[in-house]
Amino acid sequence: MPPAPQLLPDDTPTMSSVNPLAPATSPVVPAASRVWHPALWLALPLLAALAFPFVAKGYLIFQATMVLSYAVALLGLNILTGYNGQISLGHGAFYAIGAYAAAILIDQASMPYWATIPVAGLFCLVAGYLFGLPALKLEGLYLALATFALAVATPQLLKYKHLEAWTGGVQGIVLMKPDAPFGLPLSQDQWLYLFSLAVTVVMFLLARNLLQSGVGRAITAIRDNPLAAETMGVNNRHYKASVFGVSAMYTGVGGALSAIAVQFVAPDSFTMFLSISLLVGIVVGGVGTISGAFYGALFIMFVPSAAEKVSKAAPWAVYGLVLILFVFVLPGGVAGLINRFRQRRHA
Amino acid sequence: MEAFLHQFLSGLATGGIYASMALALVMIYQSTHHVNFAQGEMAMFSTYIAWLLIQAGVPYWLAFGATVILSFAMGALVELAVIRPVRNAPVLSVVVVFIGLMVIFHSLAGWLFGFTIKQFPSPFPSNAWYGSTFMSPHEVGAIAVTLAVMAALFLFFRFTPLGLAMRAAAQNPVSSRLVGVNVGRMLMLGWGLAGAVGAIGGMMVAPVVFLDPHMMGGVLIYAFAGALIGGIDNPAGAVLGGFIVGVLENLIGSYVVGTELKLSVALVLIVVVLIVRPSGLMGKTIVTKV
Repeated sequence: MPPAPQLLPDDTPTMSSVNPLAPATSPVVPAASRVWHPALWLALPLLAALAFPFVAKGYLIFQATMVLSYAVALLGLNILTGYNGQISLGHGAFYAIGAYAAAILIDQASMPYWATIPVAGLFCLVAGYLFGLPALKLEGLYLALATFALAVATPQLLKYKHLEAWTGGVQGIVLMKPDAPFGLPLSQDQWLYLFSLAVTVVMFLLARNLLQSGVGRAITAIRDNPLAAETMGVNNRHYKASVFGVSAMYTGVGGALSAIAVQFVAPDSFTMFLSISLLVGIVVGGVGTISGAFYGALFIMFVPSAAEKVSKAAPWAVYGLVLILFVFVLPGGVAGLINRFRQRRHA
Repeated sequence: MEAFLHQFLSGLATGGIYASMALALVMIYQSTHHVNFAQGEMAMFSTYIAWLLIQAGVPYWLAFGATVILSFAMGALVELAVIRPVRNAPVLSVVVVFIGLMVIFHSLAGWLFGFTIKQFPSPFPSNAWYGSTFMSPHEVGAIAVTLAVMAALFLFFRFTPLGLAMRAAAQNPVSSRLVGVNVGRMLMLGWGLAGAVGAIGGMMVAPVVFLDPHMMGGVLIYAFAGALIGGIDNPAGAVLGGFIVGVLENLIGSYVVGTELKLSVALVLIVVVLIVRPSGLMGKTIVTKV
């Protein structure tokens, strides 16, 4: 007689992947009286984000655009690793595929930049699904290992000489920065930021809806207890491969946004360090949270470059210490910490 | 034909290095059921210790011995300080900690010793009798050292009470504890041994690939592939797998895809093994009772 299936195990709260949904779904707020609270929590940052490019200067706007691209990519990794429990150390590869897809479409097919985003996403969806199929046989550490190899091999594959006609080999591809359309009085940086913001908002809304639907329940059920999920009629194989595809699509869209913002793609931008950065991003932001993607993106955008000023080895050292520190001290990440404060205030 | 033989034998030589790293991975897997992502970087760090000692004028074999002992202590210390606290944590936490360790050792080496590439001496004289046109004395020596280490480990695990206790602690921690095996100490010992074996591998590979903080990046992936081909729970299989990967990498690299795609060969090998035969050539199929 097997033990009763528990969708959320009652283990010690080690990593929030055990129980990351608790803060998001626990109905602490009485329905009617405080119903404006969650909306306000969303509206205020959104207003600030809209106002940002009119306050900040050129380079800072570019960095903010990069934060948005990282946030979309981190959300993708978090859907896979945080919600579905499949560990990927190779999402830098899908970020690279998205970036290259966008760059090649603009460079070779002279496609408008905005149209490359869905195509790059679709491309990564297929690539992710195809990688996800054999990955079904792997669990936990083995999957981490296979995706790790993917991360290490990515720059080599991008440099491959028979693909050079498209990828530009070691030199990579240089792109033009798009102008604001309809004669809007915006600088290129401002326009690109607002464009990325729009894409990001759409992607986050879609992710939230996906994860709060029945499909989302199935996705987390597979993470928490695959056997029980299967017994309840969830098709684990189908879901796991599809989630891999969707996750790769998000990361690819992030990569495409970054390619347009940086106006340049080259193999050496997509090393193992990028994949590790993405892992650091979800651990810092909060595994299994949606908002965590933003905190993680801010972290991987600004902390390594700040640390680089101290020493060439410092960004890695900071990453290593932060990874271990967060697992030991703050397993819920920044999002978990904020949620805890919010719940305490409401309680 | 001669060129083929040459590629084959030099593949065997690099395979020896992968084999010793694969062996270290399997050691940790056997004693903890974890795959240590930091193994390569720890070995790299050990090699720097050896380099430091040799630079200070210590004779090679003395430095070799001291490094092995220090690496043993380092491995045991890492287990005690970082791995033990996450013993019961979910897999993701463990992976994150391993990646953290990897990154820390990498940056520590770069910070302490710099990123310039350094030469590392070989203990085998370049005109020794066992050298030939096909294999340099160092390549032959590296293979001999790998096989010797493997034999020693086999004897240790098979015939000593301590080896038996270590295997028991990994296979069934609860029962082992009941019969008086100190499981925690056995795990620490396993990490120490893996650190020592990794250090030997690092000192053997350094004269070939030269010493720098990035030296183990590729080696680790090949060693993973080797360990998987042989079966992640079988030390002899890991050594065999390491040699197979070394030969395949060299042959496929020089005849099929070209040297710049060598790492992708490892990726393909990993994926193919995991799809076709996840337990490897000599490993046991893991059956989970539900």
